[in-house]
Amino acid sequence: MANSITVKISEEEDIVTARQKGRSIAKELGFSVVDQCRIATGISELARNIFLYASTGSILIQTLTDNNHSGIEIIAEDNGPGISDIKLALLDGYSTSNGLGMGLPGTKRLMDEFEINSELGTGTKIIVRKWLN
Amino acid sequence: MTVPIIKLGHYLIITIQTELTDDMAVEAQNKILSQIRESEAKGILVDLSIIDVIDSFMGRVLNDTAMMARLMGAQTVVAGIQPGVAVTFMELGLKMKNVHTVLDIEQGLELLKSLE
Repeated sequence: MANSITVKISEEEDIVTARQKGRSIAKELGFSVVDQCRIATGISELARNIFLYASTGSILIQTLTDNNHSGIEIIAEDNGPGISDIKLALLDGYSTSNGLGMGLPGTKRLMDEFEINSELGTGTKIIVRKWLN
Repeated sequence: MTVPIIKLGHYLIITIQTELTDDMAVEAQNKILSQIRESEAKGILVDLSIIDVIDSFMGRVLNDTAMMARLMGAQTVVAGIQPGVAVTFMELGLKMKNVHTVLDIEQGLELLKSLE
């Protein structure tokens, strides 16, 4: 059951589209309603960060199969300004946009795996995964 | 697309009927605050039963709106938060401040009456 979709993020409504697509793929995979909510919320945070900091970017949502378990992978990518201090950005309550600073650390808690790569002036790529038990 | 606000006695009832974009949420906040003043509302009741995502932005708008309403003398009651939303809200690390919560609109109206 390979499934993959890319949502371009360039307008505010794209945040809603991305999380809706993510939820429907998560549902199709058999994730519980609570997990669907975690996944949709994580996508919402990642998509908003793209919109807020980089203006444009993309969210790739795809199904994962690894030996005997399956899951969902979300890749959020942009060519924005990049994050100068990733450790700080992952700290609860730290924000450079006058926000709550819960987006990134919160998303990390909602998902099973979280990888972040960011280079100043080049962009940011965040990969998150959630596995079906 | 805007969020409908129904006036019922001293209360404003806001039933969110569609998934909100950030702009819609901020617009709803402004509309609620101006209606509190116009109608001298003592309480607002927000039905979130169809909302299946409250991310950090929505959480902040909700808290801010309740705080602003409080400053204007109105209590805020939120009804119908789904189980998944409750779990996610906690895990995101969000806090609910200045907000009373109930299961449904009926309980919300009773609570608003008791708060007066």
